[in-house]
Amino acid sequence: MTLQEPTPDGRFGEFGGRFVPETLIPAVLELEVEFRKAWADPTFRTELDALLADYAGRPSPMTECHNLSSELGCRLFLKREDLNHTGSHKINNVLGQALLAQRMGKTRLLAETGAGQHGVASATAAALLGMECCVYMGEVDVKRQELNVFRMRLLGAEVRTAMSGSRTLKDAVNEAMRDWVATVAESHYCLGSVMGPHPYPWMVRTFHEVLGREAREQSEALLGGPPDMVVACVGGGSNAIGIFSGFSDAATELVGVEPAGGAAVGRGVPGVVHGMDSYLMQDEFGQVLEAESISAGLDYPGVGPEHSHLASIGRARYEAVTDDEVVEAFQLLSRSEGIIPALEPAHALAWVSRERAALAGKSVVVNLSGRGDKDVAQMMDILA
Amino acid sequence: MIGPVEAALRARRDGGGKCLVVYVTGGLGDDWLDTARAVAAAGADVIEIGVPFSDPVMDGPTIQAANDVALAGGATPVSILNALRDADVGVPLAVMTYYNIAFRMGLERFAESLIVSGVSGCILPDLPLEEAGPWLEVAADAGVEPILLAAPTAPDDRLPRICERTRGFVYGVGLLGVTGVRSELAASAVEIASRLKPITDVPVLVGVGIGTPSQAVEASSHGDGVVVGSAVVQRMVDRAGPEGVAELVADFRAALDAG
Repeated sequence: MTLQEPTPDGRFGEFGGRFVPETLIPAVLELEVEFRKAWADPTFRTELDALLADYAGRPSPMTECHNLSSELGCRLFLKREDLNHTGSHKINNVLGQALLAQRMGKTRLLAETGAGQHGVASATAAALLGMECCVYMGEVDVKRQELNVFRMRLLGAEVRTAMSGSRTLKDAVNEAMRDWVATVAESHYCLGSVMGPHPYPWMVRTFHEVLGREAREQSEALLGGPPDMVVACVGGGSNAIGIFSGFSDAATELVGVEPAGGAAVGRGVPGVVHGMDSYLMQDEFGQVLEAESISAGLDYPGVGPEHSHLASIGRARYEAVTDDEVVEAFQLLSRSEGIIPALEPAHALAWVSRERAALAGKSVVVNLSGRGDKDVAQMMDILA
Repeated sequence: MIGPVEAALRARRDGGGKCLVVYVTGGLGDDWLDTARAVAAAGADVIEIGVPFSDPVMDGPTIQAANDVALAGGATPVSILNALRDADVGVPLAVMTYYNIAFRMGLERFAESLIVSGVSGCILPDLPLEEAGPWLEVAADAGVEPILLAAPTAPDDRLPRICERTRGFVYGVGLLGVTGVRSELAASAVEIASRLKPITDVPVLVGVGIGTPSQAVEASSHGDGVVVGSAVVQRMVDRAGPEGVAELVADFRAALDAG
């Protein structure tokens, strides 16, 4: 199977939908219409492709990890999204949405961010296209990702601290949605993952399919075909869905790796928050639980609806790793390959490292969704 | 069939008055039920009981803070609904909460527990028309009045579809934004009432951003009345006590009666 377009009511199987206040319904309906038009318009596609190539630096390479492969006993490849401009895969989606927003006559980009990677990418796109940018970030994340806060401000964005609830990504989304309810006429909500109300999960996936296509071609060239396994970290799940999209029609096993403290698929039950029906960590009454992860980018109690669907039909499986395993994997890749990963994709590496016995002799592609510069200060404290 | 919420509001309207619906956060402090009774005695036609949710995206800082206090105090949907069972507040009740609370409990069980607790109406602000189908069916079967919101952003052809499906009243959203007191009434408050009034016989109430008695009078000039939330909840948060909250509600009632 290839990944499907959602149903007209925005469902992937039983998951998805458009659970937003009435105020936002015209905006999400218009966004779907405008996205369809733009995606079918060669001018838009050419403009986006040019930006992805000449500004973001696509295609990103695929690197074979010879040292780590011999240590782990599998054949390990990394899709190098860390080498994109702004340091992660987030730029693919943001350039697409920013161009679309401009086409729709919006003057202001609104974003939420956890680790700051999506916030930095949004601020970057806004600077490039001459748009206003406002990024919501939880107070906890503002503290642990100081560097990215400074980068966003340097790029001309306003960073607003979300002080409600758990003061992490979940609450940044709440604040961004509240802002959007009030400013929907001029603002485009540049959502950073394959989550939220339809059409976001599908639109954001579409913008990230470029990395899956590249990875498939690169696998053909390096391996002579698709790998045995593709592994990616999952918070909302945008980098994972991007790379899964390139291999969903192959016999490749697809593995999403969640943090143990934010395992929506692993520990969640279906729930509705942030505009979507999806697996959600919640208590018996439906109150959303606070995720707890070393990685601000994965510190989220929900997951994109298409991942819930892929899990429920068994096309992808979802595993969890602990913070300690992540810290170890972070150092392992740095030492063995000279590549400092972000803490988020270090989850995928941690799972591969832990499961090395089961993976012996297999070809494995890990989506290295971002680089670790932003995490170095935090790691200095952890390793001190 | 007309339910208790709609009957009370129609009675007020047909008597030439303006309707007043007041929001009280369930589980906030030990005296929230006394507050609800005092609010009824002070002239509210219907009381909305807020059932706190962890992620209230339609609510501003005041109701968020009240939610957090209630949740930290151990309030749950079950504890609030149980407390309402024998409460005899004196006016029809509605709950306002978010869809996941109902979804998690199971829609049938949720509807049934409202009825058992003497709650007639239900407002779910993150459940738009596109997603409301299953809930509207369950609510109709159980005899719950599902109160739908109508936003200023809605195109003209959307409003009649909302008015057809709402029960109790149609909740006109007074402004582009979340709940909370504003220094001035938004022009959109009067506008949404004017757009709804000619197309429905269901009572048209405006809420969100109605913070003072004079704003309430202005906002109800083209509709049938108002919903007041954050201004009242602020008094609860400030521990004004049932009398202190009732005083404010009496001011709203008096202003609406004087026109």
